Amino acid sequence: MSTPTIIGTETEFGISVKNAREQDPIAASTLVVNAYRSRNMPTISWDYAQESPLMDARGFIDETQKPIVEEDTYSVINDILVNGGRYYVDHAHPEYCTPECSNARDLVKYEKAGELILDLSRLAAEQLLLDNQEIIIYKNNTDYKGHSYGSHENYLMSRKTDFSDIVGGLTPFIVTRQIITGSGKVGAENGTDEADFQISQRADFFEKEVGLSTMVERPIINTRDEPHADSTRYRRLHVIVGDSNMSEFTIYLKVGITAIVLQLIEKRVVRDQFALNEPVAAIKSISRDLMCNQKIELKDGRNLTAIEIQRAYLNLAQKHLSKDERTPIVDDVMQKWDFVLNRLQKEPMSLGRHLDWIIKKKLIDAYIARHGFKWTDPQVRMLDLQYHDLRPDKGLYLRLQKNGHVERILTHEEVVHAIQHPPLDTRAYFRGTCLRRFPSHIHSVSWNSIIFNGPSGFEKIMMERPHFGTQEIVGEMLNTCTVDELVNQIRDDCK
Amino acid sequence: MPSEKQQEYKDNSIKENEEIYPNPELNENVDELTEDLDALLDEIDEILEEDSEEFVENYIQRGGQ
Repeated sequence: MSTPTIIGTETEFGISVKNAREQDPIAASTLVVNAYRSRNMPTISWDYAQESPLMDARGFIDETQKPIVEEDTYSVINDILVNGGRYYVDHAHPEYCTPECSNARDLVKYEKAGELILDLSRLAAEQLLLDNQEIIIYKNNTDYKGHSYGSHENYLMSRKTDFSDIVGGLTPFIVTRQIITGSGKVGAENGTDEADFQISQRADFFEKEVGLSTMVERPIINTRDEPHADSTRYRRLHVIVGDSNMSEFTIYLKVGITAIVLQLIEKRVVRDQFALNEPVAAIKSISRDLMCNQKIELKDGRNLTAIEIQRAYLNLAQKHLSKDERTPIVDDVMQKWDFVLNRLQKEPMSLGRHLDWIIKKKLIDAYIARHGFKWTDPQVRMLDLQYHDLRPDKGLYLRLQKNGHVERILTHEEVVHAIQHPPLDTRAYFRGTCLRRFPSHIHSVSWNSIIFNGPSGFEKIMMERPHFGTQEIVGEMLNTCTVDELVNQIRDDCK
Repeated sequence: MPSEKQQEYKDNSIKENEEIYPNPELNENVDELTEDLDALLDEIDEILEEDSEEFVENYIQRGGQ
């Protein structure tokens, strides 16, 4: 039986305060996250006992990295959300994590709900500032000066799948998928080759093929082995290489096609047949190849373009996914994957309603043509940055969306609904519904546990299977039980 | 009925499901960005942060994950 699809994303946002005497991103992030929390519920802690970020998927614990985590005293500002997600200050950025989602479409919905949560926080926080000060939050990945912040994807996988098979099968896919998933960036940084414009925000920051670090010498495949679930059955693949996307269509394809490729790896249909000679160099050169026609050298001597490699993965998916695995959403993802590969082959710029990097590139081209700017002019960089601005009246992507210039996957109503309601078909349903129903009886929460503080004392309930705890399984219990009855019933069921 | 916009994703080897997951809020009258690009560029001129040079210069973040 194949592993259930469970996807979640974590986004770190850039933050700036206009007219502040001094930029203090930690204070600004804390202000923003707290402004949202204070409107909501009693303080509930995050249960760090369930976390082990230094466990390496290759089987060891990396002690050398410990001090970074211990010094990180700012990660204590936490908000656990009724939609099952998490909102907190990580390092010097506000960070939003979606709840666990069972499909690409839900993931887009909850990631977009996160953007609204950030913007609502911004509005609340601004009331505490001086009249001439404004908070600006960017959903991007760089300050263009060598400082990057991440957008991570997480996929549930079977523990039975060897990590070396994941590295072999996924690396060529990840290196080439940026032609679909890139958010576009003006310029280059981190000591890489110059570029006017490149496909990916993050490509310049990847320096290793495999590794545990997420902050320095970033690896294409991250080995963090922290499943937040039953570790004998599952791993959580932590993909750190992606860009933060504004386009719903782009997010949908990014997580949709990646989940499909991981299924192919679990089925051992994808092994290392597309292994690249130099993936670290390739990720940077593909990011600079705006025509998407540069050939990349494979280990077996073949030379293929990024489009051809993506096409080969798609062909395997069309051939090998079973009827059960081809849900309506998976079929829809494959159709759109095929569609964008065809368009990229013929004329990449014809995807100016679909893919972030192309939407942005067309906008900048037109702007440069009107004003006669150069790529290095600050106005052009400003346009790049402002594409990611989350203010609905100022953010360029959001303005394009409002005026119907980009493809959508969802309605606005669906996104608003997802701020307050968890997905129905993952354990996020149990977490979010408990937070809504019993806020004063919850002591702390983690991805895979809730500690209740009920009339009869502390009780920890583990949620070791992310596809359990659904409305179908626990919906009625949650609607009718008191907190004590709930805890007792679950304990009895577990016996 | 599936709209023309949705037809373009079709691949004969894949069964139809546009009725189940349509792309909502498609504006059939606006196919390409270029059609009212001028209006859009006017809008950008209006809302782009005025002090671009100073702003991008001062936009410095701490590295994250």
